[in-house]
Amino acid sequence: MVEALRELEATAPPTLAPRVLSAAGLVDAYTQIRGPIGPLLVAWGPDGITAIERAGDESGFIFEYETQHGRPLRRVERMPERLMRAVDRQLEGEHVRDLPVDLRALTEFERAVLRKTMEIPRGEVRPYAWVAREIGRPRAVRAVGSALAHNPIPFVIPCHRVVRADGHIGEYGAGGPEAKREVLAVEGVDASELERLADHGVRYFGSNTTRIFCYPSCRHARRTTERHLMQFRSAEDATSAGYRACLVCRPLVASPFAA
Amino acid sequence: MCTDCPTELAKDLDGAFATLVAHHQDLVFGVARRMTKNPQDAEDLAQEAFLRAYRALGGYEKSRIRELRLRGWLARITLNLGRNRARDAAPSTAELEAALEPVGPAHDRPESVAERREAARYWKALLSELPPRFRRAVELRHVDGLSYGELAEALERPVGTVKSDVHRGTRLLRAAHQRERDRETQLMEVAR
Repeated sequence: MVEALRELEATAPPTLAPRVLSAAGLVDAYTQIRGPIGPLLVAWGPDGITAIERAGDESGFIFEYETQHGRPLRRVERMPERLMRAVDRQLEGEHVRDLPVDLRALTEFERAVLRKTMEIPRGEVRPYAWVAREIGRPRAVRAVGSALAHNPIPFVIPCHRVVRADGHIGEYGAGGPEAKREVLAVEGVDASELERLADHGVRYFGSNTTRIFCYPSCRHARRTTERHLMQFRSAEDATSAGYRACLVCRPLVASPFAA
Repeated sequence: MCTDCPTELAKDLDGAFATLVAHHQDLVFGVARRMTKNPQDAEDLAQEAFLRAYRALGGYEKSRIRELRLRGWLARITLNLGRNRARDAAPSTAELEAALEPVGPAHDRPESVAERREAARYWKALLSELPPRFRRAVELRHVDGLSYGELAEALERPVGTVKSDVHRGTRLLRAAHQRERDRETQLMEVAR
């Protein structure tokens, strides 16, 4: 009998929570802003940016947001001044250290991946494995890829700057590889050129004056004049030729202790 | 369930209130549903109850919030609000008709959704025959799963009293269930 009574428990309709929070004034807001490759919908709560998506399907954006965050979303005219300035600077390529982003809905690992990704400078790319090593989880390359694919704040958190180790640009959650290529182009990265180099087996550039090797998109590599530019197929080739890894882009060097 | 909620609420009411709603909406809606004619009215009542809770929390000292038995407290707010509303509105014909609906057959092991719905109707009908005091105690204990402490809070009565109300109500309900089964057996024997 007790079991039968337990079955009578009601399930609240999905509209209840948004209604309550809206009536209590606890709503998150969103608006449309200009993004690098077209307009973006940006949502934020009291603790910062919570979601970004390319504009297009506004009701889908609201629906997904409300189901995922359990808070209602209302469109407003513009972002609060301070938040807007921070987002603008970030989109223009600065690494805004105190950028207010609310990543509470994510796991600690996902947050670490996204924070690290924010350190990749505009105009440069890094492999998934690089992010994995930098956050101290060198074997979690696939998990890094999946965390980036579910980046709730694309463009502002530049997941487009993470590419495959074979030089190909890889997948992109905010519109597929074509969109990724486009954002990178806006930032001055010639993805096709990087892919062409990779297809020829070139993974790293070195300078024969400094004897340092870098990722091809590293600003130090790009500063090297053609006369002094060396090409390497692997980090091992570079080290055995007497080159050391750049301290800025920190290329992956296989550790003798790695399995 | 949600034991951290009061601490979180005391720290940051606006930040934690969404969690409170998410964790307790089935309870509040369920209590509201039993006091209203239809799901729409139940949702209105549930919303109002949560709003009252939010406003009340805004005026409470942090220490008071931390000591709240949230489930019992929320059930109490909903019950009081529902009672006040019912007092303002006389019962409708729909409600009276619903009360006179025939009782469905008993199923100990409901299998399909239809049968489960049938079973739910059956138990609801049996519950509705109990005196309100015992019905409410049994519903909060066995449908909503409140502890006796929470129940005392919800009904504003001592723990000993609600415990005995639950036991008394459960006995009455079991007797009603047995009566229905006996009646069914008799009907089947007559049919033979």
